[in-house]
Amino acid sequence: MTDNLISTLEDFITTEFLKQPDRELKPDQALISSGLINSLSLVDLALFVEDTYGVQIDDTELNAETFDTLAELASLIKSRNQE
Amino acid sequence: MTTFVDILKSYYDQDPGRNCVYLQQAGEEDQALTYHDLLCGAAAYADTYKREGVEPDEVVVLILQHGLDLIYAFWGAVLYGAIPSIMPFLTEKLSPERYQADLAALISVTRPTAIVTYPNFEPIVQKALREGDSVRKVISKDEVEPKTSPSFGSLPGYKRQSEDIVLLQHSSGTTGLKKGVALSHQAVLNQLDAYAESILLDPGEDLIVSWLPLYHDMGLVACFLLPILKGVPLVLMSPFDWVRAPYRLLQAVSKYGGTLSWLPNFAYNFCAQKIREQHLEGVDLSSWRGLINCSETVQWESHQKFFEAFQGYGLSYQALQTSYAMAENTFGVTQSRMGNEPALDDIKESVFFEEQVAQPADVEAESIRMMSSGQPIRNTEVRVVDEEGNQVKDRVVGEISLRSDCMLTEYYNRPGITEDAFRDGWYLTGDFGYFADGELYVTGRKKDILIVSGKNIYPQDLEELAYEVHGVHPGRAVAFGVFNEQAGTEDVVMVAESEAQEQDKKWELADKIRRHVTKNSPIALRYVKIVGPKWIIKTSSGKASRLANKEKYLREQK
Repeated sequence: MTDNLISTLEDFITTEFLKQPDRELKPDQALISSGLINSLSLVDLALFVEDTYGVQIDDTELNAETFDTLAELASLIKSRNQE
Repeated sequence: MTTFVDILKSYYDQDPGRNCVYLQQAGEEDQALTYHDLLCGAAAYADTYKREGVEPDEVVVLILQHGLDLIYAFWGAVLYGAIPSIMPFLTEKLSPERYQADLAALISVTRPTAIVTYPNFEPIVQKALREGDSVRKVISKDEVEPKTSPSFGSLPGYKRQSEDIVLLQHSSGTTGLKKGVALSHQAVLNQLDAYAESILLDPGEDLIVSWLPLYHDMGLVACFLLPILKGVPLVLMSPFDWVRAPYRLLQAVSKYGGTLSWLPNFAYNFCAQKIREQHLEGVDLSSWRGLINCSETVQWESHQKFFEAFQGYGLSYQALQTSYAMAENTFGVTQSRMGNEPALDDIKESVFFEEQVAQPADVEAESIRMMSSGQPIRNTEVRVVDEEGNQVKDRVVGEISLRSDCMLTEYYNRPGITEDAFRDGWYLTGDFGYFADGELYVTGRKKDILIVSGKNIYPQDLEELAYEVHGVHPGRAVAFGVFNEQAGTEDVVMVAESEAQEQDKKWELADKIRRHVTKNSPIALRYVKIVGPKWIIKTSSGKASRLANKEKYLREQK
């Protein structure tokens, strides 16, 4: 489940934000603090997560403290799905 | 003769209980401030500047995030007669080392006496200080004197003259390019009078809603000084909150009956694409009479997208307006006529690119749709001139120049650059445009500068950063902007040469460049293309030609 989640999120980020669908992101690679995902894209990521997994990420949580990597984002989604 | 302090004093004496600012912060209750609150908070800062030995007329740099302290520290400096300058706060993607270097550069040019910041940010500020520089005190917001009623008679700001400098606005860029636009009380007040007329401002009816940062002229002048000094209530939210939840702007307009807002062009697309119905339940935008597009090239398509998205919520098409503005003229140069749609001009594409003339188009397929930025405001004369400075005819593209009673006093401590910016008393803007039927159409820029989501960036700064990456040779990278229709703004593209053959080596290098540029510049670099040796087209003088390389890049992308 986690691997699937990570690869779906990875595809979305590489295709939509980086425009490099073939490239790979490591699960522990910093996304927000590294600037790979810029602030103008954060809202798109939140909308994608909501549409795909039915999980709400509040706008006050859209920062590197809440999640900065694919693995952290995946575990956030998993924990909220169980609630 | 009037100054900011005279005006503040009249509100304080005559209408102290009147609300002036509603401060919004995500996750918190809105906070309403009256003129009494504003002036007591500001007086605490004025007392603090005095205690710390700041002299009136000296510069105070404010490194504070959106919030009460920023507001009080700014107006406190004005009350005290010191010159406030707001610096952008460090963001989570930016490298602290680069931020310190920028701050050190600003200090060396502007020579501030004091810097106001948070206690936990002091160490970063301290590292930017150099032996023998101008800064005598870093003031922590926790050391501020208690709030107090201002005693105007003993406040040095009350004795300032209208021609004295009241504030500085800083442009981005490295040391060589860093310029602090110094504005006098009189210049700002002349601008506010003329601009208020152009938007038919009515303090009894209007309410301004803004998410714009206060270190930028549009946020500072149109959405901070104008409302507070003209007695128009202001709803102020943080740019960080807005970018993560753009619907907050529309909710605030609905909640407070907002009538006026200013936005850079990209924000129209951003709102239209990223706001969902679920966030707009019960939202009513019918009070919005002016939503003014300014600071980036204005796009008719962006207005269409915005209107289509929100017409169901009472938005009037006539509310979508335009303006052309710059810090050197304090703010507004032109403004579209409120209540009317901005003028449109369909021009022949080929004639425009080949002859720099805007000829009305007859065949739709070959035309470009230009949207006017409006007509000059009452106190500003605008002329379009050729390279010799002669005024050109209507519909001929030239450099926009202007003359007004609200111009900058100087680029602070940069007399040479100030002189160079003027010719025969006319300020040369570096922007290209043309007039048709009294309407100004802005077509491009003479200066090699990119405007990305409202931020100004010099491509050479980005290229210098690329050269710092191991594997990129000096002169072997080129940066340029490509207009992104969907986003309504420019994307920055960096092309760098490398001997690397394997795809993963190229990705690795692209990533390094992207990370380094993003961490060390105001923008996030998204598109990096790694090419083979000798790809980049150079001019005869050995410089990379941005336009030629951009065209080559676009051909290869097809």
